[in-house]
Amino acid sequence: MAEREVTFRVFRYKQGDPAPHYDTFTLRVDDRTTVLEALQTIRRDLDPTLMLRHSCHHASCGTCGMRVNGREVLACVTRVADLGPKITVEPLQNAPLVTDLVVDMGPFYARFVQPGRPFVRASEALPQAEPPGWLIAEGRDPQSGLAGYERFENCIECGLCTSACPVMASDPAYFGPAALAAAWRVVEEPRGRDPQAALRWADDEHGCWRCHLAFECSEVCPSAVDPGRQIMRLRRRLLFGR
Amino acid sequence: MSERNAFPKRRWTAWFAPWRRRPGYWAFVLHRVTGLGLVLYLGLHLYVLRLLLRGPEAWDAFIRLAKSPPFLALDAVLFAGVLYHALNGVRVTLLALDIGVARQRQGFWWVLGLSVALAVAGLVAFILR
Repeated sequence: MAEREVTFRVFRYKQGDPAPHYDTFTLRVDDRTTVLEALQTIRRDLDPTLMLRHSCHHASCGTCGMRVNGREVLACVTRVADLGPKITVEPLQNAPLVTDLVVDMGPFYARFVQPGRPFVRASEALPQAEPPGWLIAEGRDPQSGLAGYERFENCIECGLCTSACPVMASDPAYFGPAALAAAWRVVEEPRGRDPQAALRWADDEHGCWRCHLAFECSEVCPSAVDPGRQIMRLRRRLLFGR
Repeated sequence: MSERNAFPKRRWTAWFAPWRRRPGYWAFVLHRVTGLGLVLYLGLHLYVLRLLLRGPEAWDAFIRLAKSPPFLALDAVLFAGVLYHALNGVRVTLLALDIGVARQRQGFWWVLGLSVALAVAGLVAFILR
């Protein structure tokens, strides 16, 4: 497997520092090395003070979200081989910085509770989340007409969309694409929640009307949530009631 | 912890991130830049109109300036900006009604292409006249 040298320019900041700075590390990587693996190598072998978050290593938890060469990605599935010989790694934007590549996700998570969608909904584990039995009993193709069921809850709460959103960069009160997309999910599939409450919450100058349709949220989403589309659906529902 | 963090300080220019190269983002940036330009132009236009109060000589002097090639070049830029802002405004209106969202990237290229085509056509028509 071909190996090559790659230079990583990594954002560094510790609480109490007067300003952040960048440290440069040079590693030998191969075709399969991911950015997360490279960062873990840096932490293990070169600088144990480098702080970063990771968990599942397969794009299902959203923990390792960060900016690589200015773009929001999940580091665990971003191959170094797909990037240039010099890679800049920075923390997500629009979230308070804790240290190095770690941001405070508290405010991000807090926005999800308000539209009536807690992080995990009990009904996701119940038969209601499966294709209805009557569809199968009638001999109909369970794959037909199931677009509303297939998506389930794609959002992994990684924060990439919120980091990429240019409106969030200039309006700290904006609810953000992730929470607004979650609000649409409550409207689309209430599962015992009040969809009108979610609509009332989104109907705010800092809610769905604050979006300026840059669609960067949908571009960076690693989980096919398409938050931009969900925000437009909220607007349409609020305007026309359907 | 969040309150103690000094970074990142929110900057009023933070919405401008040129390393993002997706069409939807550039549509947003161009819409904002042309919008700011139009606001600036409107202010200047209203400011210039006060020359009417100073009589024909002052106004005629301004008209001579307005007919100069550099000024006409700025008018061409203004015309292109108006075209883009108007056409992308139609695109944004449709998208905001959840119409054509899946094709928002293509919509941007159509808007840009039409803006350039109409601006060039207008420029040619003006020159030929």
